Amino acid sequence: MGKVRAAIVGPGNIGTDLLVKLRRSEWVEPRWMVGVDPDSDGLRRAAALGVEASAGGLDWLLGQDELPELVFEATSAQAHAANAPRYRRAGIQVVDLTPAAVGPFVVPVVNLDEYQDQPNLNMITCGGQATIPVVAAVSRVAEVKYAEIVASIASRSAGPGTRANIDEFTATTARGIEVVGGARWGKAVIILNPAEPPVIMRDTVYCSLPAEHDREAIAKSVLAMVEAVREYVPGYMLRAEPQFDDPDPRWNGDARVAVFLEVRGNGDHLPTYAGNLDIMTAAAARVGDMLAKRKRGTVG
Amino acid sequence: MSGDVTGDVGSGPSRPSLRITDSTLRDGSHAMAHQFTEEQVRSTVHALDAAGVELVEVTHGDGLGGSSFNYGFSRQDELLLISAAREEAHSARIACLLLPGVGTVEDMRGAADAGMSVVRIATHCTEADISVQHFGVARDLGLETVGFLMLSHRASPSTLAKQARIMVDAGAQCVYVVDSAGALMLSDTQERVQALVAEVGRDAEVGFHGHQNMSLGVANSVLAYEAGARQLDGALCALGAGAGNSPTEVLAAVFDRLGVPTGVDVQRTLAAAEEVVRPYIPRMPVMDRPSIVQGYAGVYSSFLLHAERAAERYGVPAHKILTRVGEEGYVGGQEDMIVSVALELLEEQETGVRGDARRPGQT
Repeated sequence: MGKVRAAIVGPGNIGTDLLVKLRRSEWVEPRWMVGVDPDSDGLRRAAALGVEASAGGLDWLLGQDELPELVFEATSAQAHAANAPRYRRAGIQVVDLTPAAVGPFVVPVVNLDEYQDQPNLNMITCGGQATIPVVAAVSRVAEVKYAEIVASIASRSAGPGTRANIDEFTATTARGIEVVGGARWGKAVIILNPAEPPVIMRDTVYCSLPAEHDREAIAKSVLAMVEAVREYVPGYMLRAEPQFDDPDPRWNGDARVAVFLEVRGNGDHLPTYAGNLDIMTAAAARVGDMLAKRKRGTVG
Repeated sequence: MSGDVTGDVGSGPSRPSLRITDSTLRDGSHAMAHQFTEEQVRSTVHALDAAGVELVEVTHGDGLGGSSFNYGFSRQDELLLISAAREEAHSARIACLLLPGVGTVEDMRGAADAGMSVVRIATHCTEADISVQHFGVARDLGLETVGFLMLSHRASPSTLAKQARIMVDAGAQCVYVVDSAGALMLSDTQERVQALVAEVGRDAEVGFHGHQNMSLGVANSVLAYEAGARQLDGALCALGAGAGNSPTEVLAAVFDRLGVPTGVDVQRTLAAAEEVVRPYIPRMPVMDRPSIVQGYAGVYSSFLLHAERAAERYGVPAHKILTRVGEEGYVGGQEDMIVSVALELLEEQETGVRGDARRPGQT
């Protein structure tokens, strides 16, 4: 059996960067790129790479003789909410890169195993993909009552969708910290920095810790998790050793660990500073590979 | 309303009036490490209300939802403080700050229920479009709206004016030039206020928020007024981030002498500062090496206490941390980068090599 047939719906920057990544995959064959605007650069680019590209939307894709086994959707939350039932009826599994959250939240290194058979998987947010692995790394060795993340991204890497609904980022990421990261309560902050040349994505993860905790085990768990993420995001790195704070009365007697991350993009279609966009497409491609292996009966 | 300030002293009975917003209980929250008590909030609002201050801002220093590991947890729930403030205010109204990306529309609804009647929505000076959603909801809730363009020294007057237009079109009834770093030099303030006034015309008012890091908060405020600003911020005893804000009591006295109606009683404001606020301030805002460096290097004023804490923990001077923060161009909200910078400086002290030299490709 050959590679798993896949389509990308949404030929914008994210879809185009994802196409570059999927073309390197041993398991997934990106055969279709679908949009709605005939003047789309992304469709032109895809066609030039030999991918079947059409501005005919989902009607065109679902009218093909052979249908995709996997769709990556990089449109908008609204478009995906409308498209999701159609994929489902056609029996096509979807990796959703929009904030629609039709299906369960997935972070490949944390919880993908639980959801491989779900028809629709949601990639949360860029900040979620960058920080939830670290929250999960801490919460698997210590009780995390509260986790908070601060994501700083280059102003130029924040598209109009993010800007128009920044609350969606903070709310969705906070929920992901709880549901996937394993913190009882989560909070997320996003900062846009317009400095030139553009700044590389930075993320800081703070987790509360019980007064009694094993610093060595926590640091070790975080380091192992960072290595696991680096397998699909090579530019994911710690900027410093995890920093531990002693129990503090201002924190109701809890202690704290702070983890400082940098996410440098791979520079596929998007510039390297846009680590926030790269980690979304890299994580989605990773999910695609794992789902494809399963479809072909190979245990990943 | 333009021209030589000194020539105008005390002259003319009909100078346009000015609204002074007191931010002791919001910007001052930074200087208090967010430890305001309900009693302090009540006594301060009571005194400001009696002095005729129309608008009193009460929020965590980093706005609604700012209580956090990154910025510091509030000692008391901010909604409790807002409703306490509302109870004490007989004629004054209560304002809250909100930074999109930190606080949300849900936080705004909660504050409105607790007694907020004016919301001041703040973004970095080039990122006004992230506030559009929040202005829309604010107007739907019937709130008065103010836009806050933070670190205004980082944008040219024309860029700033375009950003102000985005806020006004989204529903802002006033847009402030916010000198978050206390870095604007007199004419810088005038040019920015003039550019905003020219852009927004009759669609909205223009305001100015000054800091004292280089001692120009009050002077900049006077120039802002002369350039057409009709709303100004102050804080009693200058209680605010960095070296503090333009002191409300000084603004009241200065504009009284300039013959500009503010509705604020000078003697009562002086009493509020001296008798109500000063006794509870653990450390008066001061122009010292780190805070002057903030103005000089253009660094967000609320980074001060965070830098001092990092300096103490990691043994790196606060002014060096702040200088590096300025070089890196960090913006309001990036308090997390202070520890990161301190660790980088510590490593440099030990290795003698600058951090970014070890990271090829980093610019």
